[in-house]
Amino acid sequence: MDKTIPDLASAVAGIEDGMTVMIGGFGGSGNPIELIHALIDRFLATGHPRNLTVVNNNAGNGHVGLAAMIEQGMVTKLICSFPRSADPVVFTERYLAGEIELELVPQGTLAERIRAGGAGIPAFYTPSSYGTDLAKGKKVEEFDGRPYVQERWLKADYALVKAHVGDRLGNLTYRMAARNFGPLMCSAAASAIVQVSRIVEPGGIDPEAVITPGIFVQGVVEVPKPVQEEELNRAKAVYPEVAE
Amino acid sequence: MTEKLTPTQIAWRAAQDITDGAYVNLGIGLPEMVARFQPPGRQAIFHTENGILGFGQAPEPGQEDWDLINAGKKAVTLKPGTAFFHHADSFAMVRGGHLDVAILGAYQVAENGDLANWSTGPKGVPAVGGAMDLVHGARRVAIITDHVTKKGEPKLVESCTLPLTGVGCVTRVYTSLAVVDIEDGHFVLREKLPSISLDDLQSLTGARLHTPGPVGDLTAPEL
Repeated sequence: MDKTIPDLASAVAGIEDGMTVMIGGFGGSGNPIELIHALIDRFLATGHPRNLTVVNNNAGNGHVGLAAMIEQGMVTKLICSFPRSADPVVFTERYLAGEIELELVPQGTLAERIRAGGAGIPAFYTPSSYGTDLAKGKKVEEFDGRPYVQERWLKADYALVKAHVGDRLGNLTYRMAARNFGPLMCSAAASAIVQVSRIVEPGGIDPEAVITPGIFVQGVVEVPKPVQEEELNRAKAVYPEVAE
Repeated sequence: MTEKLTPTQIAWRAAQDITDGAYVNLGIGLPEMVARFQPPGRQAIFHTENGILGFGQAPEPGQEDWDLINAGKKAVTLKPGTAFFHHADSFAMVRGGHLDVAILGAYQVAENGDLANWSTGPKGVPAVGGAMDLVHGARRVAIITDHVTKKGEPKLVESCTLPLTGVGCVTRVYTSLAVVDIEDGHFVLREKLPSISLDDLQSLTGARLHTPGPVGDLTAPEL
């Protein structure tokens, strides 16, 4: 078994129009910028994939990564908790123009819905959002005298995730707070595609240190020196660069 | 206009109530400042919902590692004993009742403990983040805020008119003029600035301030 993929273009080749794609990251940390840009390249070359539903904590920042995907018109719906950032202009304009649908989910509920999707739990109850606009239309039940809101699992066709070290079997470690949604999204997607800084042979990761076991991962592609969204934005980068 | 505490001084006052060893989540913005004013001899462990327990202060400019950020997307540093975890574990800590205190900002707090702090209405782009999770689960949910809005309207009210973040969740409010507990559906005044009269404070408050016990002086150092 070898889950390694030779290049980024091949890694994102299976994503089709209308699919739900989970994208890891919290703000810039853990954001699989190179995988996203490879998907944008494919869209620019072929016109596909389009009409995507994207699940991410945020809605992109500046004009790179997820923001660039939205700017290119690839995304019709976003499921997220916090569609604001230092430079949220791309999402904000599309949203206010009615060109992109937003499903706003409390952050902990978003995480748990993804976890539930990966764990085979179709619904669960949480105290979060009880009595608020975000609980409207949802079933409420009392447990031990307190009201809880029923939430449904969230699953995806693909997950694009950034990890740190991966082996050929898909076992993963992460780097610091870049872990965030990665392990959850790998489990909740039919196909989890992971970019790692380094691919090692099986045995190259201490079994005690594995955070995402390979069973949750379908593909691993090596991106030795991944860029950080924050650094691209500080350099005022735009993807793809417009030829003058 | 009466004198009032600066936002920094409100954060200082809130920090005085954090006990040694407490697990604390600080909301984005002003609440983050609370970490700067831990009283000597006490060590709180700060939780950030993106997946770190026990992080340290901001690094020097140029030393940032963008995989090491807090919920406000600001760079932080490692300390001995730091732990990383994924988002589901992070919010298990939040909703599971494992945090001792969450300190958040507010647009409005109602006398029954309802909080509005995520949306100013249907205009613009709504964004909630972890606020609706944080108000459930932490043993204490404290608010730091100016006593009134920029227009001078009370932020402590009978019932919130803005969209709710949580129902009956706030336990204490630190304002620029007072420290107010929420008990049995009432605002209970614990401390006020010595320079403001109870009547004047009441006139800036949208619901009745109860005074079943002594009212202490709210003081903070120049910061």
